[in-house]
Amino acid sequence: MSEHRTAAYVRTEILPEMAPPVSEIGVIRWLRENLFSGPLNTLLTLAGAFVLYLLISESFPWFRNSVWFASSVGECRDIITARWGEGATGACWAIIRDRWNMFMFGFYPRELYWRPTLALGLLLFAAAPVLFSESRRIRMAVLGVMAVFLVLAFPALGVGTPATGLLLLALGAMLVLAWSRPWALLWLTGIYPGLAVWMLWGGSVWGPVLAMAGFVLGWAAFTATRSRGAIISVGAAVALALAWWFFAMGPVMQMLETYLPFAIEAVRSDKFGGFVLALTIGVAGIVLSLPMGVVLALARQSDMLLVKSLAVGFIEFIRGVPLISLLFVASLLLNYFLPPGTNFDIILRVIIMVTLFAAAYIAEVVRGGLAALPRGQYEAADSLGLDYWKAQRLIILPQALKISIPGIVSTFIGMFKDTTLVVFVGLLDPLKGITDSVRASFEWKGAYWEPYIFVGCIFFIFNFAMSRYSMYLERRLKRDHH
Amino acid sequence: MAETQIERQIDRSHMTVTDEVAIQITAMNKWFGTFHVLRDINLTVNRGERIVIAGPSGSGKSTLIRCINRLEEHQSGQIIVDGTELTSDLKNIDKVRSEVGMVFQHFNLFPHLTILENLTLAPIWVRKEPKKEADETAMYYLEKVKIPEQAHKYPGQLSGGQQQRVAIARSLCMKPRIMLFDEPTSALDPEMIKEVLDTMIGLAEDGMTMLVVTHEMGFAQAVANRVIFMDQGQIVEQNEPYAFFNNPQSERTKLFLSQILGH
Ligand SMILES: Nc1ncnc2c1ncn2[C@@H]1O[C@H](COP(=O)(O)OP(=O)(O)OP(=O)(O)O)[C@@H](O)[C@H]1O
Ligand SMILES: [Mg+2]
Repeated sequence: MSEHRTAAYVRTEILPEMAPPVSEIGVIRWLRENLFSGPLNTLLTLAGAFVLYLLISESFPWFRNSVWFASSVGECRDIITARWGEGATGACWAIIRDRWNMFMFGFYPRELYWRPTLALGLLLFAAAPVLFSESRRIRMAVLGVMAVFLVLAFPALGVGTPATGLLLLALGAMLVLAWSRPWALLWLTGIYPGLAVWMLWGGSVWGPVLAMAGFVLGWAAFTATRSRGAIISVGAAVALALAWWFFAMGPVMQMLETYLPFAIEAVRSDKFGGFVLALTIGVAGIVLSLPMGVVLALARQSDMLLVKSLAVGFIEFIRGVPLISLLFVASLLLNYFLPPGTNFDIILRVIIMVTLFAAAYIAEVVRGGLAALPRGQYEAADSLGLDYWKAQRLIILPQALKISIPGIVSTFIGMFKDTTLVVFVGLLDPLKGITDSVRASFEWKGAYWEPYIFVGCIFFIFNFAMSRYSMYLERRLKRDHH
Repeated sequence: MAETQIERQIDRSHMTVTDEVAIQITAMNKWFGTFHVLRDINLTVNRGERIVIAGPSGSGKSTLIRCINRLEEHQSGQIIVDGTELTSDLKNIDKVRSEVGMVFQHFNLFPHLTILENLTLAPIWVRKEPKKEADETAMYYLEKVKIPEQAHKYPGQLSGGQQQRVAIARSLCMKPRIMLFDEPTSALDPEMIKEVLDTMIGLAEDGMTMLVVTHEMGFAQAVANRVIFMDQGQIVEQNEPYAFFNNPQSERTKLFLSQILGH
């Protein structure tokens, strides 16, 4: 004891680094900590492994025995029996090969397949300044892949060389813009809704142009009156836009069609089907429901009793009824209320209902985000002299929406999947509408799993992409600590 | 209650109180529901005055200064700021807010914007200044509060004291003629209080008209030309600092002073 105190212990050489004990590293440690840390955990691990084994051993042969080239279910079965013996089962993916176009385009005219394809491709270009504004690498990767896809798809869809060349030029120009000045692509973002509608339904170019003009007029009315308070400016915008659409647009359209006719082949809504239909409704619903949801959330927070009660009533009503009932209203009841002879497109009606439905949910999600902001943010904005709209746009909404991203994207994903419900109002959704009509054919009667798995996979790809994007966005917007 | 010693020499050459009236409050009353929070407030603030408002918790100090830029609405009486009366007229409110800057206890910086963006937001969107000019003004004031090197960070990356100095600079970028401070140092650690008080002293030296709600009596003694004592929604006593601290008149003031000065 006393020795220790008098002669200080000094290590004279530095010990060499040693490897940790085997039980503390790599795979073994991971297994021990995560799978076998106790009796219960060990039991669960073994049970899980058993279930996994059952699943795989049951389904693996089915996938392994897949047949890709055949012209009917019967032929598939024959091939499987010939190859794997009597009683073997296997997937018959030939149905997807054979009816690929049906799953993608429904009854859309074959020679016009390029139009919805182009509309979908341009969607990413139009969205790029908004979705991928901060990372040039991601932007160029996404747009580059889409450009290559379009250029390869066009000849395959029967588009001639001159037109494909033109497309190549346009895409090249947009890629250059996306590289150097992504904000310049905003003009595409602005005209995209009209352009997409025109591409999908065709007809006179003036329909979409004049419909879009309604939004421009509304915006003009809003800016002209915005100093008079929120209610008046929003009211003026809505009133002017509605007046334009219902009264002025028809005559103007007739005049333009007489003197400046410019039209492409029209496609009726009942030709839409498959993923073209699902994406049309889904994308339109997403694009329209987000701003509407935000406005509803703000209205619900308003001090003005009337505005607030209207918003609350709307949100609670919409959330209280099933989407299907709204779709039935769209397909049946509206016919009674509209003046006879009005041709109110069924897809447009469905889009309106889906939008209202999603907007109510988004309004609640955004309200949560608004409520999470400290009051001090509003006070700081007020004390700096920002008016209501500027404070909302620059201070409040950017923060509230950031908090709401997971909820908003969940709503979008849910809504996109719910587009399959349009089968109940007679539209050909990919999951049941198309699948049933494919199976109704003589050749593919009796194919059950394959179409559902295929459609499920496609939905999964889109939804997974949305989910990953939302995670990327959350990471990008993180400002707390770098 | 900590009393931070003010050690530095204060340059009083620009600290001049003029005859021009900056804020005139007459017979003002305010209620929260049925709770009478401000009672018959009469207060005249001349340009160049540095006023410290003291009083126990819940006495209505914050509410009073928040009425001056209409973060709270008063129900009777009159508040005139720089010749503009505060009514429900949005134009008047905007005008007053553009002349009055406010600094909060919890800074209230905008966490999603960089420091520079925090400073230039209002000049660009409210005063319609070109971005370049706004950036220059912002950097000028960041130099003044001694943190120009933080311009491109986010508020969450700064210490409390630095955030509060940014908040002061943010208000100054709007070129206000009057500054309101609501307990600017009470959310801060002691070592950071000093840097914020220093910034405020600098502001006073430049001749800014200031109303400061604070418990920092050292600051009051060094900088204020008038101390106002509030209790239960009323102005109970006001005096120049020396007299206020050494010769308080009302019993409530005496009690308050003995509590916070600890003797
Ligand atoms: N928005 C409000 N609604 C209802 N009562 C309020 C509201 N804000 C403050 N009060 C009440 O008014 C009184 C005065 O509040 P105020 O914040 O002005 O006090 P203060 O003097 O600043 O106190 P402190 O030193 O604690 O900040 C308190 O009793 C408080 O509870
Ligand atoms: Mg207070």
